Amino acid sequence: MYEENDDILGEVTSSEYKYGFVTDIESDDAPKGLNEDIIRFISAKKKEPGWLLEWRLKAYRHWLTMEEPTWPNVQYPAINYQDVIYYSAPKQKIAPNSLDEIDPELRRTFEKLGISLQEQKRLTGVAVDAVIDSVSIATTFKEELAELGIIFCSMSEAVQEHPELVRKYIGSVVPPTDNYFSALNSAVFTDGSFCFIPAGVRCPMELSTYFRINAANTGQFERTLIVAEAGAYVSYLEGCTAPMRDENQLHAAVVEIVAMEKAEVKYSTVQNWYPGDKDGHGGIYNFVTKRGICQGDYSKISWTQVETGSAITWKYPSVILKGDYSNGEFYSVAVTNNMQQADTGTKMIHLGKHTRSRIVSKGISAGKSNNSYRGLVQVGRNATNARNFSQCDSLLLGDKCGAHTFPYIEVKNNTAVVEHEATTSKIGEDQIFYCNQRGMDTETAVALIINGFAKEVMNQLPMEFAVEAQKLLAISLEGSVG
Amino acid sequence: MSNETIQYFKGLYTLSAPDAPALKTFSGKSMDDFSKWGLPGPKHEEWKYARVASLFRNDLKFSVEVPSVSESDIDPFRLPGNGTATELVFVNGLYSQALSVIRHPATDIHALSMEDAARAEYGDFIAQNLGHSASYHPDGIHALNGAFAGKGLFLRVKKGRILEHPIYIYHVTDSRHGFPFAQPRSLVHVEDGAQVQVAEQYINIGGQDSFTNEVIEIVAGLDSVVDYYKIQHEGPLANHVGTTHIRQAGKCLTNSVTITLSGGMVRNNLNMIMESEHGESHMYGLYLLAGKTLADNHTIVDNVKPHCFSNELYKGIMDDESTGVFNGKIFVRKDAQKTNAYQSNKNILLGEKASANTKPQLEIFADDVKCSHGCTVGRLDEEALFYLRARGIGEQNARALLLHAFALDVLANIKHEGLRTYVDALISERLGFNI
Repeated sequence: MYEENDDILGEVTSSEYKYGFVTDIESDDAPKGLNEDIIRFISAKKKEPGWLLEWRLKAYRHWLTMEEPTWPNVQYPAINYQDVIYYSAPKQKIAPNSLDEIDPELRRTFEKLGISLQEQKRLTGVAVDAVIDSVSIATTFKEELAELGIIFCSMSEAVQEHPELVRKYIGSVVPPTDNYFSALNSAVFTDGSFCFIPAGVRCPMELSTYFRINAANTGQFERTLIVAEAGAYVSYLEGCTAPMRDENQLHAAVVEIVAMEKAEVKYSTVQNWYPGDKDGHGGIYNFVTKRGICQGDYSKISWTQVETGSAITWKYPSVILKGDYSNGEFYSVAVTNNMQQADTGTKMIHLGKHTRSRIVSKGISAGKSNNSYRGLVQVGRNATNARNFSQCDSLLLGDKCGAHTFPYIEVKNNTAVVEHEATTSKIGEDQIFYCNQRGMDTETAVALIINGFAKEVMNQLPMEFAVEAQKLLAISLEGSVG
Repeated sequence: MSNETIQYFKGLYTLSAPDAPALKTFSGKSMDDFSKWGLPGPKHEEWKYARVASLFRNDLKFSVEVPSVSESDIDPFRLPGNGTATELVFVNGLYSQALSVIRHPATDIHALSMEDAARAEYGDFIAQNLGHSASYHPDGIHALNGAFAGKGLFLRVKKGRILEHPIYIYHVTDSRHGFPFAQPRSLVHVEDGAQVQVAEQYINIGGQDSFTNEVIEIVAGLDSVVDYYKIQHEGPLANHVGTTHIRQAGKCLTNSVTITLSGGMVRNNLNMIMESEHGESHMYGLYLLAGKTLADNHTIVDNVKPHCFSNELYKGIMDDESTGVFNGKIFVRKDAQKTNAYQSNKNILLGEKASANTKPQLEIFADDVKCSHGCTVGRLDEEALFYLRARGIGEQNARALLLHAFALDVLANIKHEGLRTYVDALISERLGFNI
């Protein structure tokens, strides 16, 4: 049975990344390197107001004083921040008024990715903001959403059209000084999505941003800001892909979520950046800061992520539970294969009274990869009756991979109830035998078991995404794990 | 840390540097490491909660001269069954042959100072085994102990001997004349087939500020059984950093129970090195804290070889403004297939300003393993309290009863009956049983 499993695992390593094509479009790039002039260049390109430029420069100056963190359980050669292009935009003569005016090459790119920017997308009821390299290309369904008072547009548009909202909320959850990569992002962020749901509105469709890195040598630094006013609800999806290239590319995004009283934000990610080849050449460094704040009472923020891509993932979607009775959730499936490294998890900071949080993390490691869960559950002195339940399970496929858990639990209130449990194991031979006995071949059996292992998280994904995620899981671990 | 501190210890090291080659190399290297690393600060991941550097105050006094402590000073703290047990005594971190009483026959054990042992027939063993723990603790405080290892104890439990009576090690610090810094070091060799119970007791004479920085390394041979107990009940002004490093040199059974009842800043490192196939180990810990005590328990189970089993249970009760910290690491190395490792940490917060920080950590590089960990932080079950009170048990006693039951899971693993009763009495007193 061992040998058979090894064969299947062999197949896994041979499966290819199917989004690795390059689109041949002209792009407008900034020169390589990072200095105050580049930041001024980006800011000028985007016709930004003075306060934003100042904000960027302040972040940059702070970044210069910081050191790159070394505590994550990942290894990579030092990044030369001067060897990165910080701004790259597909060349387009005029701003598109309708989708027909968008460069057909660009449209084809998104069609290849299975994301239609056409109106027929109406049938699936998802509004899409497509971001390629540094800028947002198109946002669909803007008018329909505007009727409800919902603002859904690219960050650069928001800066122009709703500067007061952007100024009020940007950096309020993830301050530029928060960490090394958030400082870098604050200095050079180029675009991203902005989403504002006014009080009492339930967003009728899923909002979605699709990120694509296309140009070589570029870094992608987008910034997403979601604000849900009192009683609002929104479900937000994020997807990402990149071409196959030999060099490593840097992706350092920041996502901020603000949920006011009784608001609910559900943020789902299917992350499928290029993971590098079998020997670990190329791939995206995915260093992302994601954080939401449950500002008002009875608010809720839920993170769901399916992580299959990136050479290195370093990301901890967090929730600050400030409002009383607020609720934070984190569901994650992280799959690593070949030489991939993932250090991911969450932080739940309980500050308000009667706050609740729930963490379900499933790690699957194969090949020579390393998969770490790192989480923090913190209960503050005044967080009376806080409740947390965490579960993190790891599944090991193959004898050269590693699975690690680093859960930090810090409780400062004696009414809190915090539970954590974790297991690590491989697929039991008895489980496979049981399936074999009932006429399933080993491959199907492994697929079945993996599916069951990840199901608790998959169930949390919106329907439109669940299908994609299931397929991704299948591709990432083709053969052994269905 | 100031350069002065380094110079202070360097000066004392030069005074007491051991001449036996087995010790000389190790002590010298430890001193160099200490000078290089200094004391771990709060940015050091392993020392995030235990702030050790602030204890190195100007009035901290380290000496390589044995102070005068009499037998009667120790008498009130002797562990039960001391008429038959061997009692080995350290005073301010220096092994005192004069105060120690060896009650086991010479056919069973051999206890002598590390310096004497290194000069005698144990030179090779010491050269090979002393300082094995250093690679697990690359920090200045651990290295500082190593520099003065010559003043420690060497204990050998002879092949095939099954010891009925325990071996007690008393660590006496005399705080009547200033703020003493004690650095006891022990190396214990439990030879093949031997069985022994070792208990460490800490005594602060004077009840003032004291600081103990201890390392004990135990090498357990094939088919041996080692039961190790650590009892910390020194009073609120006694600070402690201690490392217990147990190596399974052959397939064997090693158990450890760590009980922390009081102290200032207490840091316990426990390492179980499973370096032989089919080894088994059990680790239990109880920290029952009050006042401003901080107890930080770090454990490492390093599964080097396949087919090992380990089980770990640590429980904490934090009252007042105390802080309980638990960090349990389980490493499973690449070749350690078929490892079974379990770990559990449970905490009850009683005090409104009490804190619990826990970090159960798994690092696994082999695929065919079963590892799990769990941890909880909570308070006393209101319904269980109500149940007891409805049956006429007062609130105070009902609480004590529940807490006692919580502690019992750990307590029950002390095999020596006298010792268990002794610890039980201390716990009951603390919980305020009044029946």
